[in-house]
Amino acid sequence: MPSPSGSPPGAPRHFTGRRTLLLAAGAAGLGAPALLAQTPPRVVVVGGGFAGATCARDLAAAGLAVTLVEPRAEYVACPFSNAVIAGLRQMEQQRFSYAALEANGLRRIAQPATGLEDGRVLLADGTTLPYDRLVLAPGIELRFDAITGYDAAAAGRMPHAWQAGPQTLLLRQQLEAMPDGGVVAIAAPANPFRCPPGPYERASLIAHYLKTHKPRSKLLILDAKDSFSKQRLFEAAWQALYPGLIEWVSLSFGGNVTEVDAAEGVLVTEFGRHRADVANVIPPQRAGAIARVAGVTDASGWCPVDPVTFESRLRPGVHVVGDAAIGGAMPKSAFTANAQARACAAAVVALLAGETPRPPKLINTCYSLLAPDYGISIAGVYSPRNGLLAEVEGAGGISPADAPPEIRAAEAAHAEGWFRVITQAVFG
Amino acid sequence: MLRTLLSVPKTARRGEIIQIRAMIAHPMETGHRMGPNGVEIPRKIINRLVCTYAGEEVFAADLHPAISANPFITFHTVAVESGILSFAWTEDDGAVHLAQAEIVVE
Repeated sequence: MPSPSGSPPGAPRHFTGRRTLLLAAGAAGLGAPALLAQTPPRVVVVGGGFAGATCARDLAAAGLAVTLVEPRAEYVACPFSNAVIAGLRQMEQQRFSYAALEANGLRRIAQPATGLEDGRVLLADGTTLPYDRLVLAPGIELRFDAITGYDAAAAGRMPHAWQAGPQTLLLRQQLEAMPDGGVVAIAAPANPFRCPPGPYERASLIAHYLKTHKPRSKLLILDAKDSFSKQRLFEAAWQALYPGLIEWVSLSFGGNVTEVDAAEGVLVTEFGRHRADVANVIPPQRAGAIARVAGVTDASGWCPVDPVTFESRLRPGVHVVGDAAIGGAMPKSAFTANAQARACAAAVVALLAGETPRPPKLINTCYSLLAPDYGISIAGVYSPRNGLLAEVEGAGGISPADAPPEIRAAEAAHAEGWFRVITQAVFG
Repeated sequence: MLRTLLSVPKTARRGEIIQIRAMIAHPMETGHRMGPNGVEIPRKIINRLVCTYAGEEVFAADLHPAISANPFITFHTVAVESGILSFAWTEDDGAVHLAQAEIVVE
């Protein structure tokens, strides 16, 4: 529920109006201290990924005083990073700087947020940032307590590569170093997690690499689920493109990885042990650490939000967008993050002006690349229903099961196009 | 024959508490669902699992329609002697599905 407590009492209804007044006062050359003291409402955005950067950009465009808290000098995008792992793309194509955002009048604080206190964000250096409304877009934190033996050190041997960056390159290097005839294992987590089709896109593109460079190798997917996103399309494509190369072991076939021995390259499931030459362990996840510190996560580890405003159900005045938020039926994707961030920014602008935010209609599309010229997609439209984001019946769609190669090639090109457009819109 | 999965330690010390896992691939049809033709799908579940260890029953469970597909059961027992652990899942129609694993107790 949108809470009014984020708006300071007595704040004027229209902050854009105040801005005009300020300019008018300046033009008249009057000192008018009462007017000058009134600055635009302050919004702090924590996290500069697809959600945070989008939201900060929209809020700044609406005339608010926006501060983006993001310690990293550049953002490394996850979408298409599976193509980097498979050697089809360069890491440089995944890197985006904050220079354009900063040039657009956004102030970026290059340090981590460490906590919240009485309407202020605490920063690592001990200083604080006051806000009228706060947007948290912390993304995910990998749960290094979920699989016995899989901690941050183990990730140095069995990369997760689920946050793009050095881990992406580590997995790529391990694949390159693996001899022909080796076994690659991917451990996929139970729902919910970032990028539901991601493990299967990754399996497809690694299979493409193996088929091209190391054709005697095998790929094993050990899954904590019995079904996954776009499953029929993936399985049909694996049959057609990589016959006999990929083996998917579902939960009820004993696929749930409960323990790893990173030094030995062993993955232990409820019913067996598997040795892998390259092991990609994608552990369960939860909202980024600052969400927990800020008290906006529930027992699931994710953040319950109002589906209209994205304001936290647990802490008024704090909004959560992107992967960290419980999006109801919306999957955790960059497309979703961007759509939610835009809706959240509009809601924050409305709330600060004393207006009632309008319920959004949100769109998500997840593209998956199964080979360089083979793409599939699933799309959905979502709107608030019974306090959650629910899918609008009959509005979405999925790639057809029996499409000719031209359609798959066209979808692969659409995926590239989408990535170009969204990264340009958010970081360009 | 339905697919079954067992996890029994290959070896254990005498007196050690060991964890046993058993799963069977089964739809656990409740009898409350309609098929695409509007006709009720008859109930067919695994209604009982019995485990014997060296001939003695050490674990048994009655299963009911609310239990989801592919029932996965974990329990503990004490390693008393080397021998066979036998598992028997009984279906509504009386069919029995068997699986077994050997343990060496030192």
